Amino acid sequence: MTALAKLARLIRSKNAGPFELTFDIMFDDLATYERVKRSGAISREVVAARYRLPADQVRFFYCDPALAIKASIPRPFFQGDLRDSDGHGGQQYAPLMDIEIP
Amino acid sequence: MDEIRILSPTGVCGSGFLESSFESALNQNPHVIGCDAGSTDPGPEYLGSGRTAFPRDAIRRDLRLMLLGARKLKIPLLIGSAGTGGNDIQLELVHGLVRDIAAAEGLEFRLALVHSEQDKTYLRGRLRAGRIKPLHPAPPFDEAVIDRSEHIVGMMGAEPFMRALEAGADVVLAGRASDTAIFAALPVMRGFPEGMAWHAAKILECGAAAVVNRKTPDCMFAWVRRDHFRVEAPDPGLRCTPQSIASHSLYENADPFRLVECSGTLDLTSARYEAVSERAVKVSGSEFIPATRYTVKLEGAEKAGYQSILIGSIRDPFIIRQIDDWTSRLAEKIHARVRMVYGDRLRPDDYVFNVRIYGKNGTMGPLEPVTEIRSHELCLVFEATAPTQEIASTIAGITRHQALHLPIPEWSGLITAIACPYNHLDRGAVYRFNMNHVVEPDDPCEMFPMEVVEIDGAREGKAAA
Repeated sequence: MTALAKLARLIRSKNAGPFELTFDIMFDDLATYERVKRSGAISREVVAARYRLPADQVRFFYCDPALAIKASIPRPFFQGDLRDSDGHGGQQYAPLMDIEIP
Repeated sequence: MDEIRILSPTGVCGSGFLESSFESALNQNPHVIGCDAGSTDPGPEYLGSGRTAFPRDAIRRDLRLMLLGARKLKIPLLIGSAGTGGNDIQLELVHGLVRDIAAAEGLEFRLALVHSEQDKTYLRGRLRAGRIKPLHPAPPFDEAVIDRSEHIVGMMGAEPFMRALEAGADVVLAGRASDTAIFAALPVMRGFPEGMAWHAAKILECGAAAVVNRKTPDCMFAWVRRDHFRVEAPDPGLRCTPQSIASHSLYENADPFRLVECSGTLDLTSARYEAVSERAVKVSGSEFIPATRYTVKLEGAEKAGYQSILIGSIRDPFIIRQIDDWTSRLAEKIHARVRMVYGDRLRPDDYVFNVRIYGKNGTMGPLEPVTEIRSHELCLVFEATAPTQEIASTIAGITRHQALHLPIPEWSGLITAIACPYNHLDRGAVYRFNMNHVVEPDDPCEMFPMEVVEIDGAREGKAAA
């Protein structure tokens, strides 16, 4: 088992407009990307569980030409609202880093 | 015409680009220069207040080089989302900079100013006609939201740019615009396949962001043809690869395959990316699916109140282990003290007291999966948001005093519970985005009035001297 953060070139989060957050998990080479994709260890359900959301709130994509996995969720608070803590949404990816990949 | 060449000097006007890259791009004979100048990404305060996210002098520097380059080649310069939010205050600020530069450099051109600030009466009419629809997720929306908004802008599509070009504009300065519309306008107007035009535009709108490793904000160049487009960064040190270009559709997009525009959806499901050199990529197969109904996205910002904040830290392990209980007891004390000071003049619903606990869940809030605190110290940010700055400031002052001396059972006697590096800070007005909705106009241009102005910099420069 290897942590996702050890296999990915970049795991990042960012606003997708003021109302959604999006996560990109990007890989350097096809073999690693395919290994993670085929393992099924990261999925809509896994992302939902990590952010304590119902699975139907998560959009999940395999983006083959980019060697990337992507997920998008609604923001807990809209960008810039009084209780929003991350205006650019850039520091919300840490819960994805330790997903174990067989 | 079998090819449209488009230069994007940088991802945001005011973020900068290398003059060497820009000069080398001009030597490729672009047909148009486009530049995005705004975003919602810096937050609601820019649309709400009319300030710009990038400093005025930084915007002036980029604008000057772009204007000089475009006039030298006699090609159009298209600028969208002027001044960050694209409201009328920001459009006018950038308009002033354009006039100053024209006067200083003796430039003559036809300028089209395209407004995106929305008329509230028009929007109320559209709402009553059932022609404003929510996107997902959207805050509640009614006429009261329209009324209390400081500014509402519509995000224009390519059509207002095309109308300006048809009116013979050399320079188009537009309010809030879809980033891609700036770059898609000319190829779509010339009849190039929309899949190619919009996908190339999507790569161009962020300047050099789609290269493998961007060193600094810089230029991007595209050659749009009927069956493909090619992209390459003018700086010879920058490389586009099929993966880097494909990855760009991920950035700040919830869906990497479908990008919704006013007039339709760019569908990248069948897009193919091929290397044509060490540094350039050819893209084909991108499709554009026209919308059954034209829609214009609205962005609005309203004042959430005035805010004062206090920063303090805690090192005492007794307090740290009961921090949630401590902050809720503190909140009760503050509310009680505010009642004493203001009585019925300030109801509990009139203000918001919020505590951020760094070292616990300050970054992720409700999304934070870690529940056990291991930090030996915590940083607390206390926020008071109220109808006036004076009240917010008063509540922050109350917070400082109440937090300093809030007792805990482990100690007896007067304690001093937080370390404050400075007194509270007044932040002024704070804003919130208050809509994620689209309007269905009757015509793509009806929400975006255009003024055409002849700029004679030589004359204005002399008059000023």
